[in-house]
Amino acid sequence: MNKKSFGNQLLAAPHVVWSVLFIVVPLFIMLYFAFTNADGGFTLENIQQIGLYKKAFGISILYAAIATVITLLLAYPMAYFMTKVNISSQRMLMMIVMIPMWMNFLIRTYSWITILANTGLINTFLGKLGIEPLKLINTPGAVILGMVYDFIPYMILPIYSVMSKIDKSLLEASEDLGSNAFNKFRRVILPLSRPGIISGITMVFVPSVSTFYISQKLGGNKTMLVGDVIEYFFNAGPDYYNVASAISMVLMIMILVCMVIMNRFSDDDSEGVII
Amino acid sequence: MKKEENIVQLKNISVAFDDQVILDDLSLDIKDKEFITFLGPSGCGKTTTLRLIAGFLEPDEGDVLFEGKKINGVPAYKRQVNTIFQRYALFPHLNVYENVAFGLRIKKMPENEIKAKVEEMLKLVNLSGLEKRHIDTLSGGQQQRVAIARAIANHPKVLLLDEPLAALDLKLRKDMQKELKKIQQQLGITFVFVTHDQEEALTMSDRVVVMDGGKIQQVGTPQDIYNEPENAFVADFIGESNILDGKMLKDYYVEFSGHRFDCLDKGFNTNEAVDVVVRPEDVDIVPVEKGMLTGVVTSVSFLGVHYEIIVDIGGFKWMIQTTDEHFVDDKVGLFIEPDAIHIMKKSKYSGLYGDYSSYSEEIDHLSDIIEED
Repeated sequence: MNKKSFGNQLLAAPHVVWSVLFIVVPLFIMLYFAFTNADGGFTLENIQQIGLYKKAFGISILYAAIATVITLLLAYPMAYFMTKVNISSQRMLMMIVMIPMWMNFLIRTYSWITILANTGLINTFLGKLGIEPLKLINTPGAVILGMVYDFIPYMILPIYSVMSKIDKSLLEASEDLGSNAFNKFRRVILPLSRPGIISGITMVFVPSVSTFYISQKLGGNKTMLVGDVIEYFFNAGPDYYNVASAISMVLMIMILVCMVIMNRFSDDDSEGVII
Repeated sequence: MKKEENIVQLKNISVAFDDQVILDDLSLDIKDKEFITFLGPSGCGKTTTLRLIAGFLEPDEGDVLFEGKKINGVPAYKRQVNTIFQRYALFPHLNVYENVAFGLRIKKMPENEIKAKVEEMLKLVNLSGLEKRHIDTLSGGQQQRVAIARAIANHPKVLLLDEPLAALDLKLRKDMQKELKKIQQQLGITFVFVTHDQEEALTMSDRVVVMDGGKIQQVGTPQDIYNEPENAFVADFIGESNILDGKMLKDYYVEFSGHRFDCLDKGFNTNEAVDVVVRPEDVDIVPVEKGMLTGVVTSVSFLGVHYEIIVDIGGFKWMIQTTDEHFVDDKVGLFIEPDAIHIMKKSKYSGLYGDYSSYSEEIDHLSDIIEED
């Protein structure tokens, strides 16, 4: 082993230690709890109980999927628009996308309560116009809105970064070969921005499917997502760590499966998978 | 002989970007089925002219005509021209077959016709069998061929080529020059070629358009351009030339370098100041006593076919190409036949070119700038 590669290994050491301590070890702790009972004996009981929470899984996946689709539909035109304006406007738009990310996620979510509440901003305004208050807070719509709002930067940024790298001469070539604006989009821009779409979907779907705070604050306690179930059991005390770990493990496996499927769509297009 | 008609006409075109003039009142007729080349240094406006014809750019002033009809404002995708881009601009998400089929699919051509067409095109550019290959697994030369096949599959009436060979190595470039010329003759379509390589322009073209500073300096056959340059810029840009200040004493009689010469040019005013061009290969080196001019050899380079020697005559450095060996500090005589002398009117380029104190134009330009300051 030569000196240089030893030096490289040394540089990687902090990261390796970090990963082992805070990723690998916790994973094994989770696995341990998932397959043991309160006394520490091996059991499959926890896994078998998962069926009880299939509604939470179903709702989580459904909401996350809806939120991801809405996010994509909003983010894609935004990212496209960002590549069309001049450089200084691009920077400014980028800032506008990024600024909310500087604020704590909890505060951002919380602020929606004051907007959507029965006596919140929107309903106060509607009341002034003489319109009956709308039921906004504590609805599935509010939960999905929260997800879209919180995670949309993770969709815009990878799509923008891939799209802005598309060679302008390719767009000219497609026009030259007879493409109108629609064909140019469908046959060149869309396929070439696919790696950005894939990574955006992953980066929005994964946190959405496992979130717990948004649903509690904006959905009332009516909608239990998987994240809420896990949080509930962990808060309920050490006796419930085993069930909570089992649910976490199943959720993780489901997310991994989703990611593998998504990555199959991005083929060997290695460009800009993660920004 | 069939009457030639103009397929593309440019009428009084002006283009400026950010107040910088790119094309300045440019007019040109491009004939059907000809191979015409825009030649000039970078920034001369040749690529801009090409983009005007393609429809990627609209002129600030003037008209672009296609088959006699004005096409200002017609978007690129509706024009019957296709472009081969400088860096090919092949679609990286499509394979060779789909790249060539791109334009045909947009035209909604039936699948079996597309297949036949793509195969025909790939055969034409010698790429049969590579249909399924991914673009980035191809060599530069192969990518070039795909770009050609993709463009001509659409049967354009005019093919625009923007320095398509610039990225290829010398030998491949020479082969592609021949091949492009062959394809052009085989298909019988108009080629509008852009290059900064004068040799490429002379080899391939029916007509050459020499451009500089957004203006056409000269249009003509390669022979015209080389033998009868209109000004010092053209004489210097095409091949090597010694360009001297001269005075036209009368028809067929010119004075330069302190000597009077017979020449073949006429039609100038008596004693009109002119630029005189003498090509390095047209000067004979003779013993001092037989020379019309005499000077001292200051440098000799062996280039294989010939020697390139620099002779100082009264402070002006001449370049002479000869197959005989000479040595630095030799005193030599120069003999110039009347047909080796070409007289040009004075222009804004007079005095900028044609002295071989230094080889590169960059160094000439630099020293010019320093002098101006």
